[in-house]
Amino acid sequence: MDVIIENLPQYWDGFLRTLFLSLVSGIIALIFGTVLAAARVSPVAALRGFSMVYVEIVRNTPLTIAFFFAAVVLPRLGVTFQQFEVAAIIALSAYTAAFIAEAVRSGVNSVPVGQAEAARSIGMKFSQVLSLIILPQALRTVIPPLINILIALVKNSSVAGAFYVLELFGQGKQLANANGDAVMWVLVGVAFFYLLITIPLGYLASVVERKVAIAR
Amino acid sequence: MSSVLYDVPGPKARRVSLIGSIIGVIVIGGLLVLAVMTLAQQGIFDPKRWAVFQLPEVWALIAAGIGATLAAAAVAAVIAFPLGLLLCLLRISDNAWVRVPTRVVLEFLRGMPVVLMMLFVLLVFATSSFVAVVAGLVLYNSAIFAEIIRAGVQSLPKGQREAGLAIGLTSFQSRLTIELPQAIRRMLPSLVAQLVVLLKDTSLGYIVAYGELLRAVQVMADFLGPQYLFPVFFVAAAIYIAIDLAVSRLAIWLERRGSKRAAGGVAHVPVAGIPAAK
Amino acid sequence: MKAFLTRRKSLLVAASAALALSLSACGGSSSTTTNPPVAEKPSFAADSTMAKLSSAGKITIGTKFDQPLFGQKGLDGKPVGFDVEMGKLIAAKLGIPADKIEWVETVSANREQFIKQGKVDMIVATYTINDKRKAEVDFAGPYYEAGQALMVNKDNNSITKPEDVKGKNVCSVTGSTPASTIVEKYGAVLVPAATYSACLEPLRNKQVEAITTDNVILAGFVAKEPDAFKLASDQTFTKEPYGIGLKKDDTAFRMWINDQLEAFDKDGSYKKAWEDTAGTVIKTAPALPTIDRY
Repeated sequence: MDVIIENLPQYWDGFLRTLFLSLVSGIIALIFGTVLAAARVSPVAALRGFSMVYVEIVRNTPLTIAFFFAAVVLPRLGVTFQQFEVAAIIALSAYTAAFIAEAVRSGVNSVPVGQAEAARSIGMKFSQVLSLIILPQALRTVIPPLINILIALVKNSSVAGAFYVLELFGQGKQLANANGDAVMWVLVGVAFFYLLITIPLGYLASVVERKVAIAR
Repeated sequence: MSSVLYDVPGPKARRVSLIGSIIGVIVIGGLLVLAVMTLAQQGIFDPKRWAVFQLPEVWALIAAGIGATLAAAAVAAVIAFPLGLLLCLLRISDNAWVRVPTRVVLEFLRGMPVVLMMLFVLLVFATSSFVAVVAGLVLYNSAIFAEIIRAGVQSLPKGQREAGLAIGLTSFQSRLTIELPQAIRRMLPSLVAQLVVLLKDTSLGYIVAYGELLRAVQVMADFLGPQYLFPVFFVAAAIYIAIDLAVSRLAIWLERRGSKRAAGGVAHVPVAGIPAAK
Repeated sequence: MKAFLTRRKSLLVAASAALALSLSACGGSSSTTTNPPVAEKPSFAADSTMAKLSSAGKITIGTKFDQPLFGQKGLDGKPVGFDVEMGKLIAAKLGIPADKIEWVETVSANREQFIKQGKVDMIVATYTINDKRKAEVDFAGPYYEAGQALMVNKDNNSITKPEDVKGKNVCSVTGSTPASTIVEKYGAVLVPAATYSACLEPLRNKQVEAITTDNVILAGFVAKEPDAFKLASDQTFTKEPYGIGLKKDDTAFRMWINDQLEAFDKDGSYKKAWEDTAGTVIKTAPALPTIDRY
């Protein structure tokens, strides 16, 4: 137990980096994922095709491969960065966006057909139908799964610890090595800090879920 | 393909979208060609580097890696599914003393990084790396399976349970014989999609030095020399993605088949394996 | 058709040439090392660990599978390296041939637990002897003394001593002792990786200034790519005596292994083990450190 208190600064440092990675990747993934979902239902065949191929491939790619491409292959292509967080954010947001796109798409599918028909019959364009009518309604059903995807994102950021970013899990491994006699407590400390992010998110998901259920 | 979201495009819109598509394909294709050429300049496609694939030992190690990946995934899936069912039953129990603690446990398991659980099992229980990988996967995925099945049960019409109770079944009998079978069939696509996640997550076994496919090729590249890292990694990544795609296809096939047969159709749930609100 | 055949043939030649090259660079494979002669019917005090292992005719040894020159998994799936040779020599003295050794991969984090729980009979895995570990397990040896060093790009002359990396990016393996040392003592910014070889790419791309770990491992990388990398200095800034990890309080076994290590030094098998493995790239052969008979 003491080992957690003694090493609070390291935990805190790792916690902040995990939070940072999750926040930035989460925002980018939300935007990119929504764009992908919109492309998937758009009139332009090439956009549909691109979105479909992207989502299909990325969803079936292990996260470690995504990290390898962002952190090792990209620099070879001339895209170098002094901050390794950039590579981690690229990997995490590219990966998470595919899942978000799927969630948003099924949300769009859950909106009754009549809504879109009504919108079109009053002369709205595709972009208006989607942004003013469909997406706001889809959002309600989509928020709980989206939050769950974001929880997964927070946990997935732990892989960055093996790809050059010293986040919470990496700090935990450092501490575990330095305190071989108290490994269990070191890891319990790491778990605590992850739960500090994921439990409130999970709670939020269930609250929204209940709200939406009543609204229907 | 027509959609309710937009009018069938006219000739002008079709022309514009065709031109846009061609430009898009050219841009993406150009970027890909550029990437390949940049890599080629660094000698990554030098046939000498790829010649390692003519060695049977290399393929034997890759095969061993695939075997280790599939073994961990299969064992974890076989344990996680029944455990998920059980957790689901406890989670929807009528007794709050059972329901609430189960919920706490599920929240905890869902909130833990899989790598952390693997490392914890390895270090605290001093297991082999295989057991640590399987345990980490089981702990996380059984929680997700439980949540998916729960969403399936809740998506059933109320009448199903009411009818079960009305003909004198106990609450447990109604769950087991009426609700769960329907819920599982409804949620089959989500369950199979979660299986893909489970399969992919075996690659996190690097944390406990489990010799799954990606670590197997990493170790092999270390032995052969750094110039072989890219070739063996590209091949391993391609194999990995092909396996995952095959399992995903199975999910889609099940969904099509299921939607014809399952009463009330298959519930459409986002593939992260997470229940949508009904 | 003919053109195809020639091309195929040339590819095959290239493959075997490349492989031969990399094998020699890696230092040691099962084909270049000959297994040590096995002692016939050695006798030990009844109930001693030696007697038990000897009569069982097999032994489980933990080592690393990703440590160049010391313990690295070869293409046939068996580990090769200096640690592995040490294990084979000791097993041979117990009357156990090399093919009856079961090699178990251990990582830094689980070595003490594996010994305590009896999952392995001994661990030879670049295992630094220190007081914290001594409280949990016993160490025979040391059989080799490494020290922490820095590896930099060939054209980098700004780093010659550990003090030079203050505030700079240095790559090392997450959860390793060298990683803690460079951060806590010298104020470097740690860039963590899963393996030491994973540090090579960021160094090549100049995203990190240096890689740090034990000098022998770095020397292995330098030997493979002398045009790309170099050691920042020949001096090491820590002492890492490698010991053989054993169950606590099995003093008889520990002392017996200590005796064997000294015997290996005298009869030249220590030197041969080095030359067959790490010695292929590191030309200066080490002397056996003074055994610590605590």
